[in-house]
Amino acid sequence: MVALRQAPDDTAHTGQLPSRRTVIGGLAATVGAGFARSAEAAVAPSTSAPDVPSLTIGYVHWRHDVETISLIFTPAPNNGRAGAEVGVADNNTTGRFLNQNFALETVEVRTEQDPVAGLNALIGKGIRLVVTDRPAPDVVKLADAGAAHGVIVFNAGAPDDSLREENCRANLIHTAPSNNMLADALAQYLIWKRWPRWLLAYGETPDDLLLADAYRRAAKVFGARIVADRQYKGKAGSRETDSGLIDLQKQLPVFTQNAPDYDVLVCADQHSVFADYMPYRTWDARPVAGSAGLIPTSWDPNSTEFGGKQMQDRFVAYAHRFMTALDMNAWVAVRMIGTAASYAQSLDPDKIMAYMRGPDFQLGAYRGLSLSIRSWNGQVRQAILLSNSGRTVVSMSPQPGFLHEVTVLDTLGTDKPETTCKMPSDQKT
Amino acid sequence: MNLHVIARLRKGRSNLLQEGARGSVPLLDRSWFAALLPTRNKVSHPPAPLPQGEEERFCRAPFHPGRVGRQDGGQLAITCGRLVFALVLVLLLSAAPAHAYMAYASNEKDNTISVIDLDKMQVVKTVPTGQRPRGMALTSDGRRLLVCLGDSNRIDIFDTKTWQVVGSINTPDPEYAALRNPENNPLYVSNENNALITVWNIDTQKMLVQMPTGVEPEGMAVSPDGQLIVNTTETTNMAQFFSYGTGKNLANVLVPPRPRWAAFTHDGRQVWVSSELGGAVTVIDTKTFKVLDTIHFAVEGLRSTFIQPVGIDITADDKLAFVALGPANRVAVVSVPEHKVLSYVATGHSEYNAKVKKYLLVGQRPWHMAFTPDGKYLLTANGLSNDVSVIRVSDLRVINTIPVGQQPWMVLVSPH
Repeated sequence: MVALRQAPDDTAHTGQLPSRRTVIGGLAATVGAGFARSAEAAVAPSTSAPDVPSLTIGYVHWRHDVETISLIFTPAPNNGRAGAEVGVADNNTTGRFLNQNFALETVEVRTEQDPVAGLNALIGKGIRLVVTDRPAPDVVKLADAGAAHGVIVFNAGAPDDSLREENCRANLIHTAPSNNMLADALAQYLIWKRWPRWLLAYGETPDDLLLADAYRRAAKVFGARIVADRQYKGKAGSRETDSGLIDLQKQLPVFTQNAPDYDVLVCADQHSVFADYMPYRTWDARPVAGSAGLIPTSWDPNSTEFGGKQMQDRFVAYAHRFMTALDMNAWVAVRMIGTAASYAQSLDPDKIMAYMRGPDFQLGAYRGLSLSIRSWNGQVRQAILLSNSGRTVVSMSPQPGFLHEVTVLDTLGTDKPETTCKMPSDQKT
Repeated sequence: MNLHVIARLRKGRSNLLQEGARGSVPLLDRSWFAALLPTRNKVSHPPAPLPQGEEERFCRAPFHPGRVGRQDGGQLAITCGRLVFALVLVLLLSAAPAHAYMAYASNEKDNTISVIDLDKMQVVKTVPTGQRPRGMALTSDGRRLLVCLGDSNRIDIFDTKTWQVVGSINTPDPEYAALRNPENNPLYVSNENNALITVWNIDTQKMLVQMPTGVEPEGMAVSPDGQLIVNTTETTNMAQFFSYGTGKNLANVLVPPRPRWAAFTHDGRQVWVSSELGGAVTVIDTKTFKVLDTIHFAVEGLRSTFIQPVGIDITADDKLAFVALGPANRVAVVSVPEHKVLSYVATGHSEYNAKVKKYLLVGQRPWHMAFTPDGKYLLTANGLSNDVSVIRVSDLRVINTIPVGQQPWMVLVSPH
């Protein structure tokens, strides 16, 4: 069988990454002459006809090194970007039947570089729909810089609730679930399990404090009780050394000692500093959840329900690695654009966005219930998986019994009556 | 008289019928044989109506779909003459093999096929298969069962007598395959991961051609006249039509999200496409490829997001369509309009006369279904409760539930 998609020539691993690259996903196989051709000819890659209308989606990709406690979860250089590329390929698989072609233009921006310069390069090419995995402050900068040019920014990476609330923007769509959504998803499960007493451990970074706040809010909303919270102040280098293991074995029981009775240790550790050290090292024999142990996430490479096996297979065949949550969030952004384009039968960004924000829009994303946009803050509503440390999927929230008058998906995160986001009225569809 | 003897008798019937017009000899009608069956009632008395609970218990007990005596309230007396005749038949045909309708369920999770004897209403054989059996197709003579083995990247062809694999088609990630009947060729395979339909000659097991599709092709159907092929692409929301003769892509019809299944009406004039996430069935005209109507479902007390239509089976008379609603744990019974309404539909009018009639409670997450060849019963494969429900079409009651393997995906019934 002929391989259908060529894997990207990923020069990222050599460190020789070009600063800008264009990927035309999928292939525009000629349709209609199947029986007249040999099998090979029918799937031979060919460039799309020049008269096929095309839409280029931008991607502002954050190139940075991330150290994680668990070596196997060190993100690949193309983390997120590969998801967008598979999304473009999927868009084109459909687009070839609907006379629509999609491409992805990626700008690599290192931590110290200005993302707005990258965005301007995309705007210069007429690109108006831009996906990014940059952190929250940059997401706001990109949205504001693009607003004058009619740019819509799809936030695939930043979980900060402020982006959805007090710092919300009308031209921001969040495919990344917010901290509140993730915390609520875990809280629902722990309540379902009748494990309502939590010991909260959180780290020192501002991101950890935000995540800890999300767990405090979730506890209040769903009737859990945080019996104590403790800040982890270890100067942990990220990876265990031979001697480090022994130290951890001594330190972490002490860190969790003398806690009031609790059912589960909930960790808020956004940058993999301590949470993955916690399992099996607590003073009391208690399960760990949050940033380690039972992890709420928008994707897990073991998720095979709801047709997920096909997504996993397709992604691994393309990227030669497992699909992360960031890959999924970027894939969702690109597929939202492609799906809206096919139903709107247009590649005009305005028509695409009008359909995407409209009442009929639904995207299937391998989590049972379809995804759509919350009109009040641009957040994409979605089910959240609960992963057993990235090894198996334990459950999926919303949990049974948590009801909502509109959709059970809105039991996760900030709901319409609570939002502090004020959008121009024309954005509130 | 034991079941084995009855089965032989029934085989004898079909042999005799080969001489004359099938089904035209009243004496050999299936209901006549039903009179020979052992029943719980005293013979020679018409059955008294049972209290409701009793009826329920009876319905749960195993019995053959063909046994109509008790359910139809018919006379159950066994006359001496009939008995003699039956014994003669037994003697004449003692070499004939046992013969009941058999149902085959593909168990996605434990990699087996459950073979159900519909006389006994139980699994009589469990056939190990390759990895992840899902879609199945049966040759028109019932002798070959083709099983899509998604994770083994092949389709195995089983002999339904010996359960030996008599052939294999090597093709990546087949999810579902449809045969062009009655020729039993070619075979249209949805290669889900490759966005392809591959077309195979099942005798030579050679690929004839492949046709590109949208992302994740799944549902597949061949029109009754064999001229039109329809495929549904799960992730990119199209019903795609291809011509049998030229292989040409004739039309791509956008439908609500995640289309899973397509079924032609028996007159070939419409295709019904289920949308799992869209919670709808789209009715498409096969001449104009226009959407005639979109049927939505609503079950009281059930959130719409849990109503996820997948399998569609339409009765041979094109009067009723059964739609399996997945996590709603129900099968919707939808009326399909008569021929006069079809012309009305061809105008593209939106007041299409298809109304949801009734919901049946079955096992958990029914996806695919199959009628018995006599059209009297409909079987559903219930993926989450690991069983097969038997619906009696005449009164739309679930009369039995048969445990099978893990995560049954599809069920088919032998033609004899």
